[in-house]
Amino acid sequence: MRRTTIVVIGLSLVLTAAVTIAAGVGPYRIPPGDVIAAIAARLAGEDGDPNIATVLFRVRLPRIAAAIAVGAALSGAGAAYQNIFRNPLVSPDILGVSAGAGFGAVIGILLGLPVVVIEALGFIGGASSVILVAAVARMLPDRGNVLVLVLAGVVVGSLASAAISFVKIIADPYEQLPMITYWLLGSLSGVRLSDVLVVGPTVVVGLVPLFLLRWRIGVLSLGDDDARALGIDVGRTRVWVIGAATLVTAAVVAISGVIGWVGLMVPHMARLVVGPRFDRLLPAAILMGAIFMVVVDTLARTLARIEIPIGILTALVGGAIFVWLLSRTRLGGWRQP
Amino acid sequence: MSTRLRFEHVTIGNGGRPLVDGIDFDVAAGSVTCVIGPNGVGKTTLFRTLLGLVPPIAGRILLDDRDVATLRRTAIARRIALVPQSYQGDPGHAALDVVIMGRTARIGLFGGPVRQDEVAARRALDDVGMADLAGRPVGLLSGGQRQLVLIARALAQQAEIVVMDEPAASLDVGHRIALLRRVRAMAASGLTLFVSTHEPEQAFEVADRVAVLGPGARFEIGTAEDILTAERLSTLYATDLRLERTVSGRRVLVPAAPGHASLAERGSDAGPVPAGARPTAPMHLKKELET
Repeated sequence: MRRTTIVVIGLSLVLTAAVTIAAGVGPYRIPPGDVIAAIAARLAGEDGDPNIATVLFRVRLPRIAAAIAVGAALSGAGAAYQNIFRNPLVSPDILGVSAGAGFGAVIGILLGLPVVVIEALGFIGGASSVILVAAVARMLPDRGNVLVLVLAGVVVGSLASAAISFVKIIADPYEQLPMITYWLLGSLSGVRLSDVLVVGPTVVVGLVPLFLLRWRIGVLSLGDDDARALGIDVGRTRVWVIGAATLVTAAVVAISGVIGWVGLMVPHMARLVVGPRFDRLLPAAILMGAIFMVVVDTLARTLARIEIPIGILTALVGGAIFVWLLSRTRLGGWRQP
Repeated sequence: MSTRLRFEHVTIGNGGRPLVDGIDFDVAAGSVTCVIGPNGVGKTTLFRTLLGLVPPIAGRILLDDRDVATLRRTAIARRIALVPQSYQGDPGHAALDVVIMGRTARIGLFGGPVRQDEVAARRALDDVGMADLAGRPVGLLSGGQRQLVLIARALAQQAEIVVMDEPAASLDVGHRIALLRRVRAMAASGLTLFVSTHEPEQAFEVADRVAVLGPGARFEIGTAEDILTAERLSTLYATDLRLERTVSGRRVLVPAAPGHASLAERGSDAGPVPAGARPTAPMHLKKELET
């Protein structure tokens, strides 16, 4: 069996275990055996213990599903961005996509719009950001340099942050402002089943093109001329990939707020396990992202008496890992093996 | 092999700015065409035009009577392979994976490589003598080995035309000689090759024909004997150059340094040359001179 297959099976088992444990952890403890029994009963169409069923199916499992969607989406999008920008240091947040999507979503929250519309606004904001970043980076003389791309992302990201600040000023200080502020720190505490039912399918739809084009995305990492000489329509492929990666990012930003670092860190961890080939990297990154978010979200809701926003936890871990990545990276491009 | 490749009154250029015009010739299957010219004259642009990466400013390139500019990318990639000057991808990729990427035009839009692609890639790596290093990351290979990986990638592509952009540029003398042999062997196996080089002597060794891209947008093509004269090369590189024959009959290009008589003159007029009095030749030519 191929190493990648083994890794994917192993990660799926870890994810299953993490979900089972996470579903049982909380103020109302449920042993893993009871979690499995309750899920099996629900699948068989029977009614289990009503208390357990309420906690599991109305509160915890929707939130865990949201964590899986968020981790999978941000990590898959991050891996895709890193490949097509041929740059190990880009991710949805560094490219300004998260902030742009955040701006779109904040407007949606301000106007009290439904989740689908918040998603759509998030997508428009995120897509505008990534296009703006690519355009700014292209205008600068040293366009191949990773630093230029990162700095362009910083510029566009701070622009979006400024726009978000403006929305905060005009928001209602008693109702909307706390909601927006908390949401910007990134959290899954407000997630409802109906949100998951909108965002989950969007994430799946967005990840499908990345899976279908996995080989071509990998070849894009050779550079434009090489990829075109090998038979790839570079422009069209890139538009599809950016579109899909931005869609999944915007979709999860709409429910979880801005959760940084995941899209940068997780693809790198996946690279360490399965290597840089994108068709192997993508499934590993998606699964590892899902596991990571399930674990972090469980910590966020159980570590302290109050909920810790996830964005704070990922920033703590992510900042350290980013410095470590920088120490192993030539700023001109790909990391040496 | 019945490939017919034809350049019809082609003008090449970058971003609408013409570089060289009047490119008009037929290419025979199984032949090696060397492309020479000073830096920045348009050698790479000529290759990019042939590969359909930039459109010609005028004229057309016909591959079996079809205009390359109208072919789809996969259709071109199945017929024409590129060996780029250097590897620009992720240094973490294993050599084998880079070679498998050569199969892309034969992999479906939504597919990935299958066993057959891996077999073809391993065979190509074996052909260039790199089978042992298939699993090694490209970043850990030497410049010469990396070049071989890129050649293997072109072989795995199974295109009948292979375009090599200054393949010898970063190679040491041993690898350079091996490369020229490989170019001949590839042509002998029926491939049609284009090779650009900064060292016109190499054209004598491998080229069936030499294309010269000169300053002032001149294009000339012919056999190495006809085209590579000392006068033309001196004009081309804006340096006073002299073509000399070594004892074994090979031609080398040397600067016509004032105060130094050429080897040929000494050889014919002054008898045997004392070892210490030989004119200074570049390091990689010295070995040749002494054999």
